[in-house]
This record gives sequence, structure tokens and C-alpha cells, in this order.
Amino acid sequence: MEINIILAGVGGQGILTIAAVIDMAALHSGLTVRQAEVHGMSQRGGAVQSHLRIADREIYSDLIAEGTANLILSVEPLEALRYLPFLAPDGRVVTSTDPFINMTGYPEMEEILTELGRTFHPVLVNAAELAREAGSVRTSNMIMLGAAARFTGLAPETLEASIEKLFQAKGEEVVDMNIRAFRRGALLSQQQATAI
Amino acid sequence: MNKQLLLGAEAIALGALDAGISGVYAYPGTPSTEITEYIQKHSAPGADTVRSAWSANEKTACEAALGMSYAGKRSLVCMKHVGLNVAADAFINSAITGVNGGLVVAVADDPSMHSSQNEQDSRVYGKFAMVPVLEPASQQELYLATREAFDLSESLKLPVVLRITTRLAHSRSGVEQREPRIQNPLNALYAPERFVLMPHNARRQYQHLLDLQPELERRSETSWLNRLVPGTGSLGVLAFGIASNYVMEVRRSLGLDFPVLQIGHYPLPRKKIEALFAACDTILVAEEGYPVYEELLRGFFGGKNIRGRLDGALPRAGELTIDSVARALGRPDKKVMPVPPIVVNRPPELCKGCGHRDLYDALTTVMKRHEAHHVFSDIGCYTLGALPPFNAIHTCVDMGASITMAKGAADAGLRPAVAVIGDSTFTHSGMTGLLDAVNDRTPMTIIISDNDTTAMTGGQNSAANGSRLQAICRGLGVEENHIRTIIPLKSHLEENIAVLSEEIAYEGVSVVIAERECIETAARRKRNPAPKA
Repeated sequence: MEINIILAGVGGQGILTIAAVIDMAALHSGLTVRQAEVHGMSQRGGAVQSHLRIADREIYSDLIAEGTANLILSVEPLEALRYLPFLAPDGRVVTSTDPFINMTGYPEMEEILTELGRTFHPVLVNAAELAREAGSVRTSNMIMLGAAARFTGLAPETLEASIEKLFQAKGEEVVDMNIRAFRRGALLSQQQATAI
Repeated sequence: MNKQLLLGAEAIALGALDAGISGVYAYPGTPSTEITEYIQKHSAPGADTVRSAWSANEKTACEAALGMSYAGKRSLVCMKHVGLNVAADAFINSAITGVNGGLVVAVADDPSMHSSQNEQDSRVYGKFAMVPVLEPASQQELYLATREAFDLSESLKLPVVLRITTRLAHSRSGVEQREPRIQNPLNALYAPERFVLMPHNARRQYQHLLDLQPELERRSETSWLNRLVPGTGSLGVLAFGIASNYVMEVRRSLGLDFPVLQIGHYPLPRKKIEALFAACDTILVAEEGYPVYEELLRGFFGGKNIRGRLDGALPRAGELTIDSVARALGRPDKKVMPVPPIVVNRPPELCKGCGHRDLYDALTTVMKRHEAHHVFSDIGCYTLGALPPFNAIHTCVDMGASITMAKGAADAGLRPAVAVIGDSTFTHSGMTGLLDAVNDRTPMTIIISDNDTTAMTGGQNSAANGSRLQAICRGLGVEENHIRTIIPLKSHLEENIAVLSEEIAYEGVSVVIAERECIETAARRKRNPAPKA
């Protein structure tokens, strides 16, 4: 197996937390991981992305080839579109629908949704709202991970174990809240799949 | 198998720790910063702790590392590619003196300029200094090669360059650790014939370096970092460093079987290269960075049947990708989804609430009153003041150049001459320029935007801030009443405009220190209140 994931967002939104959970779960599952991320200038509110690759054999390249991403997981709707050239024909887009507007010329949400609609059954997630329901808006990354979990090739239990490990230093309450968020995201994603 | 998930930069750090280094010396710079940060976090406490505080700049770092090596211990010095320009004097001459304890110079290049002002290729410096250069292609290779680099350095008595690029520095993968080695004992040798580089010694040492070159080549010839992936066909690929990752990826995905000679240890292994050239009609040279070795292999008159960055098979500038390499290997263009035209750029910006914003609000108000409103600036978060809505600065060239360029422009008659520099950049390379200005009584104003940290690279300790900056300026000879401090806050806007106006009007050297902690480090301090080391 080989899964190629593009994680997308805006510097400061914390896509690297999502990456850390997936990395840990993949490594724990005995798989090979390579995950390229952006540090430096773009982290200051610019567009950031991470190429995450998981396989059961050697992975040579840290970067994903165009047209081969199985998943674009974006925590911001416009950012999901920026990496469409990487998406495989049957690849999936899972994106938050909460816009992050810190520049001029941000398009209308309707236009963004139209473009997202051109991809193969996009999963659209009202992440902030669901995160608040889970206990804190800060869990929206785990809502997004939950919604994308079924496209990662990793077992939900393994991902949950990684979430627990990653957040355990912050106490049980934080762990529970993030697991709750993960499950809420997964449920929404399942509902959207059934609706198709 | 117990693997740790490490960034390439962190794999270097772990390799160096396990090689028994006694010190790391560095100035932060993307994409090299995480090497030193990892050592700072993971060095064992107690007697065997590794000295790891930040240096003022890459030159002081490189010299201190050489001093530690002189004393018999192993030392690592880390920098981004442009940092090697700053350290070049020390670096080049350390190849002439040679080393005692192992000395490894880890340099992180930034092709495609993700966070840099150029994409210079540090392998050229390695060649220039005539020392071995290692360029591993994976995190695991980095770990192992770093350890071996110290052994190589001690056995040749030369510094060894470890070159990485952004993609490997900032990509994570599983790394398997080996048994750590203990540190070297203190063993400073009197060897003035090597270390006193007066001409009579320097000539002998230089000849020694020249005489060593065949031995360097022999080491390359047997290095595991230079290895042939056998194959068939008339095309052969010479793949350097992480370029070989893209080549191997394409080779597998397209089901091709061409031979690949992977190079990760320089100088070039002549025999291996000759064998590849003898077996193949056409050679594709894939290098991450400048076409350094492609140019050499082509020669002045242009070697036949060599493809690469110089003939357009690969793009001349920027990072390689799987797709650019695939095209060079004959894959027809794929049809992929385009980026929709509604996707606008999202450039980086100063954080909301950042003190630089309030400084620029005040400064642009003052500068608008002048017909010429040039502001010379420098490298750091405040460089983002070049972008809208501020459009506040007009130069950013190299560390410290704000002060010296403003001085030169003032010498040419430009009024007002204003420089904006950060606290860390000022201590890195701004102080000497300020001394020039003081000695010349140059009419200019230097604004030090002091946020008490090296912010752009993630908040490393700055070499001086606050009252120490004032003391430095006084010590360099700036008049006491023209060293002013302002607090860049909205509520101080009118007052700050007044201070800046006064000092910009002054016909001599004036310094305005805009002092307010970076909001990122302030927030982090609030989350994890820890005593400062």
C-alpha cells in the first residue's frame, strides 16, 4: 500500500499536529513514513502545506508527485484548492468550510464550494462548530482528522491511540475532548458517505 | 525495530550527539535551526552535557567550533547556506590549519528560496576549501553519515562539510539509533606550525592539503554514500544527494531499469563515474542545487550526451521534484487538475498584535513627511514590512546591511538615511556597521526593533536586548542623548512619531530602540513558565 496525503492550511493553524498524529500511527503500524513540512517565513500567516507519505515499502521521495495524492486534508477551504494539481483522479478532498481571511481578494464562499464540487465527492466539514460541540474550538484539527481518517489507510483505533499519546501531557480532559472531536469528525464523514 | 520519527535536521543532531560531540555552535537560520534546537533539548545533563547556546553569528560559531576541535574535542557547527558566507573566512582557513578533534560543518541550503535570498550551493564551498562533503539522501543516512563524518574528520585531520537541503532538513522519517560514543578527552596540542597561519606555515599547510586530495578521492571511491544501483540500457543517471530520491521514485513508478550512480560523498569518486560513462551513451545529471558537477563533467567545450540543468532537461533554477525529474526521463506530461483561477496568493504577514506593526505605523507616518522616504532594512520578521499594507522598507540584502547601506547612501547625500534592524540581526552583524557610522559621524538613524528574540526562526534567544543594546550603542560611541527608547504600542503612537521625527532630523548618528517582546514568545512563556537558562 501507499497513501499520499497533502495537508493544507494557513501558518499557525496547526496542521503539523494532524501530521504528528498520522505519523505516529503509521510508524506504530509498522509502516514507512516520510513527511515534509514548511518552517520559516511562511509560518507567519502564509499558505503552508505538508506532504505526508505512508507505505509498506521504502519511500524514496519526501515530496508527492502531481496527480498522485489520495487525500487533500485542508483546515481551510481556499487552501484545499491550492494543491489540486497533486490530487489523484480518484483522490478525495476533505476540507473545513471555515474561511481564514487574512488577505485581499478572498473569493466568495460560493465560488470556493463550486470548485470543491468539481472534485470526487468532497467531504465538507463545519469544523469550528463541531469542535465547539466537542468542548473547544481548539479541537477542530481533530475534527478534521476524524473526517479524513477513512482515507488514511490507518485504523481509527491506532489514530486514537496516537491522539492520546500526543495530548497525554495536557491531562485526561484534553485527551477526552480531542478523542470526542475525532469521533465527531469521523461520524460526519460517514454520514456524508452514506448520503452518496 | 525501534525507530524515532525525526526531521532530517534532528537526525543530524542525534548523529552528532551519538558521535560524542562536546559542543554545537550555531546562529539560527532556516532550514538549519532545528539541529541546534534538538541538541539543546536532548543533551544529557551533568558532566557530559553538550555546550549548545546560540552564537552571535556564524563566523563566531565556526571559530569557536575550531577552538573546541583544537582542544581535542568534537564539535559541530551549523548554519544555513548564506551563513557560510559569514563564516567563510574561518571555514576556508580551518581547512588550511586542519583540525584536531572532529569538526563537522553542517550547512543547510535552501533551493527554491523558501526562506532565503538566494539558492547558493554549499558544495561549491566544500570544493573551494578542498575538504570532503557528505550529502546523504534520507534521515537514516543523515544520522549515520553525521556520526561517520566525525571519524572521517579526525582521520583526515580536516573539517568535513555535511550538506543538506530544505526538503530533507524539514522532512520527518523513522531513524534507528546506534550505540552512542563517549566524548573525547581534553587534548590541546601545541602545533603552531599548523595553527599559526603566517605565510611560511600557510604555504606548507596548503601544500599538505593539496597532497591529501588523492586520499580524499580514495575515501570517496569506497564510501557507502556513493553506490551504484545496477540497471540496463543506454541511459545512465548520476544522481546527487536527494536528487537520487526523485530519480529512484520515477524509476520505480515508471517501471524503468536504467543504472543510477548515487553520489553522497565528495570529491567525486572518479572510477565509479568513469565506469558509468563507459557503460552508457547518455548521462542525466540530477543535482539538487547548482549544476556544479554537471558543468565540471561537460567541461568548457561541452561534453556530449550529458543532460541536466544546463541543457534544459531539468529546470536551471529551483528544487527538483518527482515531476521535473520524470519529464527529464521522458515521461509525457500528465493531465492534472489545475489550480482554480479564484485561488489568490496568501503571502506571510506580521502577526496580529506584533510590535513591528506599531513601529511601522509610526515610521511610515514620519517618512511620508519627507520627499525621499527610503528605509534600509534587514533580515527578520520585520522584513515583512516590505509587503502591503505597510510598504515601509525598501531594502533587505544580507544580515546587517541595513545600517551599512544606509550609511553609504547617507555618504552619497541621501537625507534622511534610516535603517531598521532587529535585536538579533544587530548583534549578528550590525554593531560593526554602527561603529563605522559613529567614526564617520554619519547623519543617519538606526532603529533597532527589539522584540527580545530571533523571531522568524521560531524564537531563539537573542545575543543582546533591552538595556544591553543601549550599553552596546553607548560603548560604540553613540551620544547618550541620541539613544532613545520607544514602546511600539498603538497607545504610544503620537509619542513614537515625535521621537522618530526628532532623531531623524538630527544631523548625526542616532539610535531608536523600539522595545516590545515578540507576542509569540510572550504567549509561549505564559503557557510554559520556565526559568531562562
